[in-house]
Amino acid sequence: MIEVRIHGRGGQGNVVAAYLLATAAFETGRHCQAFPSFGAERRGAPVTAFVRIADVPIRRRCQVAEPAFLVVQDSGLLHIPATVDGLKPGGGVLVNSPLSSADLSAECGRPTIALPATALARDIIGKPMPNVALLAAFLTLTGILPTEALAKALAHRFKGDMLERNTKLIEAAAALVPAGAWRETAHA
Amino acid sequence: MLEALEGSQAIARAVALCRPGVVAAYPITPQTHIVENLSKLVADGRLETELVSVESEFSAASVALGASAAGSRAYTASSSQGILLMAEVLFNISGMRLPVVLTCANRALGAPINIWNDHADSMAVRDCGWIQLHCANNQEAVDTSIQAFRIAEATELPVMVCVDGFVLTHTLETLEMPDQKLVDAYLPPFRFSRMLDPKHPLSLGTLVGPEYFAETRQAHHRALLDSVGAILEADRAWQAATGRSCGGLLTVEGPEDARIGVLAMGSLVSTFEEAMEVLPGRKKAKLIKLRAFRPFPDEALRHVCEGLTDLVVVDRAISTGFGGVLGGEVRSALLEMKKAPKVHNVALGLGGRDVPMEMWPRLLAVPKEVEGFRILDLDPAKLEPADL
Repeated sequence: MIEVRIHGRGGQGNVVAAYLLATAAFETGRHCQAFPSFGAERRGAPVTAFVRIADVPIRRRCQVAEPAFLVVQDSGLLHIPATVDGLKPGGGVLVNSPLSSADLSAECGRPTIALPATALARDIIGKPMPNVALLAAFLTLTGILPTEALAKALAHRFKGDMLERNTKLIEAAAALVPAGAWRETAHA
Repeated sequence: MLEALEGSQAIARAVALCRPGVVAAYPITPQTHIVENLSKLVADGRLETELVSVESEFSAASVALGASAAGSRAYTASSSQGILLMAEVLFNISGMRLPVVLTCANRALGAPINIWNDHADSMAVRDCGWIQLHCANNQEAVDTSIQAFRIAEATELPVMVCVDGFVLTHTLETLEMPDQKLVDAYLPPFRFSRMLDPKHPLSLGTLVGPEYFAETRQAHHRALLDSVGAILEADRAWQAATGRSCGGLLTVEGPEDARIGVLAMGSLVSTFEEAMEVLPGRKKAKLIKLRAFRPFPDEALRHVCEGLTDLVVVDRAISTGFGGVLGGEVRSALLEMKKAPKVHNVALGLGGRDVPMEMWPRLLAVPKEVEGFRILDLDPAKLEPADL
């Protein structure tokens, strides 16, 4: 079972990101579970969402305390210690940040992959929503699912031009991260 | 068809498959997505129903009451303070023996305000005369929602389907959605024997004096006790149609020779099912999933408790000044046993506190730690010593 935790702020599509990742897994025949942990329901408040992917039905319904991967939609949240709480040894951290991965890793004192997800989304879909770009990068890093599965999941939500732009966004984000870099952790 | 759906969306789709004539509800977290999805189904032309937007939960329940009395299949949903605001009408619905179905997206009660999951709301209306069924996962939430209409219409009793707020309502997971043909065959159109009809006028809920009141209560009590048969029948017929059972009144799993039992309701059961395998602990234990809280299945419970020395009852609500509601009821049900297990009652996960799988081995140690009742996952550092 792969357990992922998504951190972001209300309004950044954190829950949607979790649902999309789980739906993408479902599209490849896997079992999935995704759910949020809301604080106060307002824009800007920290939001956490959880995703589990497995080959068998998933019965545990507790929060993900020891994720193998973190997807962080707002780099400001890295300053809150709870964001990286329980990350498994060797686990991967993917952050929406305009910095280079080397600079961001030096800044937060741990190996981190940076992706300028907000800028990519603004350029390609015209909205500053970092979630789809981050998910595309996550799938490319881990190789757990083909990015086409994400495109299929998006097809449940978008049509026409918006779906096309999102597909372009997936390709652009995937090209910016080292494919398979987290493969070992994902298959541990 | 196997789909990946959010719990609320799946419940709304299940309700729509039952072709309700009237849906009335007022939004409240965490129930909102259920009503939102039903509205969307109506807007998209996928559900033909009279969708009534009301100004409060009191009105939502009242509309469901009136619709049901007029012979329509009626549905509503709420949570927490919304259930409290409905309370007066809930008693009227059951007292008039109207087969309304309600989803309770279980949430804590204020004050202090808390939007997260526990069972305080449905427990607060424990005595409202409704059937109350709890769901361990979203497949059960879908299946029980459909079964609920069949049970309600067979018994002329309202059914409350309890699903853990957020933990189930906001969780997207893999589940099987039945198709319309299957549900149509399982649930024939609603024909209400006492339907209000201007040609044959009659009054419902009129004044009943001391000379008849006790008898109405006895008849209602008898109907709820006898609804056990309809609950089991509905689950058996569903299993025949789909291959899936929700467990009737209750289910038990774990080794035959286990001496310790853990009893829980709702989504905690799902977590404990996996924990039993992943973190079995040193002692063998059985897990009892209580699905029917009303009618309380005391006979079935005594049967599955045979051979146990200790039973840990997990409440997700507290009756302050008493302890766990479920714990108290289980204790009294087991009194009739010749060799009853000792009951240890704990509360867990109040106000949405996360219950990790590691809680399972801790529960197995409860017989040595807890005599009466205790909130097991308290953090003593957050309390004044005098409050412990």
